[in-house]
Amino acid sequence: MTPDVRIVVDGVPHHVPPDITLAAALLNLGVTAFRRDVRQEARAPLCGMGTCFECRVTVDGVHNTRACLEPVREGMSVECGR
Amino acid sequence: MIGTRGAPVDVLVVGAGPAGLSSAVAAADRGKQVLVLDLGLRAGGQIWRHRDEAALPRVARQWLQRVRAAGVTIASSARVLDALSPDELVVDFGGRIDRQRTRALILATGAKERLLPFPGWTLPGVVGIGGLQALIKSGLTLNGSRVVIAGTGPLLFPVAAAAVAAGADLVRVAEQVPLRTAAAFAMGLLAKPSAIRQAIGYRWAFRNTAYRTDSWVTAAEGDGRVRRVLLRDRGRSTAIDCDWLAASCGLCPNTELAELLGCAIDGDAIRVDTSQATTVAGVWAAGECTGVKGDIAALAEGEIAGRAAAGDAPGSRRSSLQRRRESGREFARRLAIDFAPRTELLHLAGADTIICRCEDVRRGDIDPRWTQRQAKLWTRIGMGECQGAVCGPACAALFGWQANVPRPPLGAPLCGDWAGALVDEDVSGER
Repeated sequence: MTPDVRIVVDGVPHHVPPDITLAAALLNLGVTAFRRDVRQEARAPLCGMGTCFECRVTVDGVHNTRACLEPVREGMSVECGR
Repeated sequence: MIGTRGAPVDVLVVGAGPAGLSSAVAAADRGKQVLVLDLGLRAGGQIWRHRDEAALPRVARQWLQRVRAAGVTIASSARVLDALSPDELVVDFGGRIDRQRTRALILATGAKERLLPFPGWTLPGVVGIGGLQALIKSGLTLNGSRVVIAGTGPLLFPVAAAAVAAGADLVRVAEQVPLRTAAAFAMGLLAKPSAIRQAIGYRWAFRNTAYRTDSWVTAAEGDGRVRRVLLRDRGRSTAIDCDWLAASCGLCPNTELAELLGCAIDGDAIRVDTSQATTVAGVWAAGECTGVKGDIAALAEGEIAGRAAAGDAPGSRRSSLQRRRESGREFARRLAIDFAPRTELLHLAGADTIICRCEDVRRGDIDPRWTQRQAKLWTRIGMGECQGAVCGPACAALFGWQANVPRPPLGAPLCGDWAGALVDEDVSGER
């Protein structure tokens, strides 16, 4: 087994398996608001394959990053719920 | 910064699912230099999406090995943003936007889910059926979570089995078509013992869960995440508590890139001839983007396209490849007819139900008498991040609009990078 990687989600460090996508990691951590719509309602992954853009989060300062297309990486810093 | 712009490749393939991989191998076997662009992290497409290659079915492992042995280059995390011409695409290579030239182009862009809006479908925990499968394959664990799967067609079976394997408490599988339709479709599979064996294997995997025909979602409820699904089930309304709802209504071909190139579309699929040539010279298409028919036929179509793109003369119409192609296209026609969404599914959205998830356009914001263009001008429907990929097929079903006419860039790149890729080439005077 390869060791877990550490990612920081909204300032809180977590250890997650190394070979999963950021979307799977965030869902496994219980994140529901990947982003918020104009009424501030939470949105979360829908298509899982890069089509719908509902899972977009900010990764290391880069907005609109689709979590379903992003592998988790050691030290990755993620902001959700924007 | 430029790795590839200078020299064109012989054959450029878009998509690394079964059709893309078999077309790449066929072209490479004929001495062509082949580059495959793929949005995913690893080759395989949706059906062979994986984290551990060793866990894939044998046919998938064999194709991935053949691709490596054939010397095909696969660019993962690569997204096509624009087609300047059939021999030049603008590509986001994992953050580096560049142009890619080619002598022949094969589209193997696959399919996406048809997601029809219903009240509550924007709640977290509501996903597509293929969406749930993709997330599971990407590492989602469902330990004890209550899952309802509601949709249509053969895709329900592998996803139900995958959900159970991922630890789900799978509480219901709902098929929208009546029992007689599902049964007639199953009878049609009797000539394919392997398909029957596979279906039985999946059904065994979720044997503790009711599979109900004539059953569909009318709404999802919850506060901040889905907690309950309302179903119309054989004429009665019923509610089931759940943590996840996977709902969709079949698959539809990904045709955006083909449309940008000017390829003709038949119904919802790219039009191709018997050598998988599109209506645009130098562009071939294979697999689900030419009609949803499954991996076996997609492999045959890919091989036909790869040979044609490499310059082979058209093969005999009675060849085994052509027979597989034709039987696949017949299967696609059956699927599309048998599992078409029932009328009730087109009338679920209430005035407050979001239709366009990117631009927050609600059903009540749209006058169904509008043309799609009028609707765009009034509401921005289909103009957000996904560029109508989700609401386009939904509006085609709900309002009879033509699917979105795509415009570059496909999806939403960072503007500075996008502009940069266009500008510096213009300076060189090549265009």
